[in-house]
Amino acid sequence: MSTILAKKPNALTDVPMHYCPGCGHGIVHRLIAETLEELGVADRAIGVAPVGCAVFADSYFACDCVQGAHGRGPAIATGIKRSKPQAIVFSYQGDGDLASIGMAEIVHAAVRNENITVIFINNAIYGMTGGQMAPTTLVGQVATTAPKGRDPKLQGWPINMCEMLAQITGSKFLARGAVDTPQNVLKTKQYLKKAFENQVNNVGFSMVEVISQCPTNWHADVQQALEFVRTKMMPQYPLGVFKDKGAE
Amino acid sequence: MTQKTLRKGNEALAEGAIRAGVRFFAGYPITPQNEVPEYMSAHIADAGGAFVQAESELAAINMVYGAAATGTRAMTSSSSPGISLKQEGITYCASADLPCLIVNVMRGGPGLGSIAGAQGDYFQATRGGGNGDYHIFVLAPNSVEELGNFPKLAFDLAEKYRMPAMILADGILGQMMESMSFNFDPVDPNKLGKFDWAVDIHKNGRAKNNVFSYKGDNLIADVVERAKRYGLIEQTEQRFEERNCEDADVILVAYGLSSRACLEAVNHAREQGLKVGLFRPITLWPFPQKRLAELAKTAKAILVVEQSLGQLVQDVKLAVGDKCPVGLNAYPAGGQPDGAQILAAVKSLLTGQKEGLFTLQDHAAGFTYHCTRDLKLGVQGDRKGETK
Amino acid sequence: MPKIEIDANRCKACYLCVSVCPKKCLGKSKTISKKGYFPAVQERPQDCIGCKMCYVMCPDVAITVLKD
Repeated sequence: MSTILAKKPNALTDVPMHYCPGCGHGIVHRLIAETLEELGVADRAIGVAPVGCAVFADSYFACDCVQGAHGRGPAIATGIKRSKPQAIVFSYQGDGDLASIGMAEIVHAAVRNENITVIFINNAIYGMTGGQMAPTTLVGQVATTAPKGRDPKLQGWPINMCEMLAQITGSKFLARGAVDTPQNVLKTKQYLKKAFENQVNNVGFSMVEVISQCPTNWHADVQQALEFVRTKMMPQYPLGVFKDKGAE
Repeated sequence: MTQKTLRKGNEALAEGAIRAGVRFFAGYPITPQNEVPEYMSAHIADAGGAFVQAESELAAINMVYGAAATGTRAMTSSSSPGISLKQEGITYCASADLPCLIVNVMRGGPGLGSIAGAQGDYFQATRGGGNGDYHIFVLAPNSVEELGNFPKLAFDLAEKYRMPAMILADGILGQMMESMSFNFDPVDPNKLGKFDWAVDIHKNGRAKNNVFSYKGDNLIADVVERAKRYGLIEQTEQRFEERNCEDADVILVAYGLSSRACLEAVNHAREQGLKVGLFRPITLWPFPQKRLAELAKTAKAILVVEQSLGQLVQDVKLAVGDKCPVGLNAYPAGGQPDGAQILAAVKSLLTGQKEGLFTLQDHAAGFTYHCTRDLKLGVQGDRKGETK
Repeated sequence: MPKIEIDANRCKACYLCVSVCPKKCLGKSKTISKKGYFPAVQERPQDCIGCKMCYVMCPDVAITVLKD
């Protein structure tokens, strides 16, 4: 008789994920599922899936899910949470979704201190559409719409969402993790746990940004992608907790 | 049935919505609908509901998308340019088969336009408005009483057929005060029962629910299924009001505010011995074409009176076909019809003046454009107006 | 004694598990999976210490860690 030390959490369905090999999305999905289970709230979770690579996230999480328009996750989550205050509502979003087309929605969800949890996957590229420049694309990073690399004179600089949202009184917990090493994965899980605990305890708006690798659109193999995360992404997007305000 | 009270149109609508069981409202300020979010912000919480002043119309409709996904009666309101912004969320609601209510208190357009009451959003409302193949219910009240009572009707229809509904009002209806009463008992949302498709705090053994817009391989089947529903709705849910149509030589067709000016014209015409009637579509989608087509068999002509530039007339032409000539008396971009102007158009139609078939009233400037375009030939060609 | 099971129908052969295994007991399969990948396999189960690092890094949640 063998004991199970670790296995796919029940908060994930059996549907195999469609993400490219080595992509960080699947790791973060699993961390969310584990967190919901460990906090005992998997039964009352409602997820909001985005437009982008994670558009099918609604079929991977075992809880009820809503898939909505590009960038509008925080607005949709607001509608759900205000209608079902007992639900644990999370919005899962990418960088184009959250930091470009959905900038107003994320900022104002924070302004209102909406009691929701936002998971923000930052891989500095538009993945689903095939590698266009994202608001978080690094200076000099090549994208299909920045074929010579992002040039600040033409396309400006990358945007740091945690640092920006930290300025807003209504935001309560903001942290940035990565999924390039087991240590960082486990650290990211701690952040997620805090972000969901805040919702359970009615602390309010919490967001975890995750620096994630996109081997496909970075035109890198998996190990090169991890190297890019460490040497290029992390200097621009330092890891850590940017804000942690308890209930007031 | 409540006692008659004097209410402003927008406030009657908001109170009617709360009585209809609306427990989530998200909106954004825009004239001439501001009394709706203002009333909601003051009263919906007392009913156990939630009000959110959203950061934009886009956010507001997407909040409604989220709230409606939980099975909550959710609504938003706006006015023309704001409704344009909401189209993203409306097509998502349609694609996810979510019942919800959108109120458009129309103003003059295109663009920022003006804040005067208008009917220029007819196409946008009745043709879907956003991307893709879909319809929404479109209800057109013409009184404060109907504004107050239509939210209940809108949700009954929206939930029966799982689709969004729109109340298409205009700035004057929204702003004016009238005596009105509610003709239904307040709805207790807790007694409405649960939808088996809604997202909720779950795990009482049921399978997980997903509300989603992306259909992938299932899209064709999905759209076809919806088309069958639309067909059923077109057969069974056409609503209209008829006044003096049975013996009418000329039938006026108008909805919303302009139908009231038409009624004045009908009354004056009857006093003068002219057989004029009024046909008022109440559902603009589904358009009440069956009854209108019957009436067209005995009428000598139909005159469409609309506060837009030839939009309603297209549905009338589709319904009437070649059964009788169809004229247009148009008051676009905030122009307001009155009974005398309409009656003059009726008379020119009856005396056989071809130009009477298409008249475009610019009463602010004191002009009447008589266009020579014969609508029986269709609607192509340049508009070559001559000023009289 | 700890061991791991890799669901070959979920594995997409990113080999993140292979790269993080402190005991280097994982490798690449010689046979192709239904998905068209050469999935990760535990080549030297006797070296496995049950640290779960492979599970922690697996983006496809393909790994189960067990202890006899």
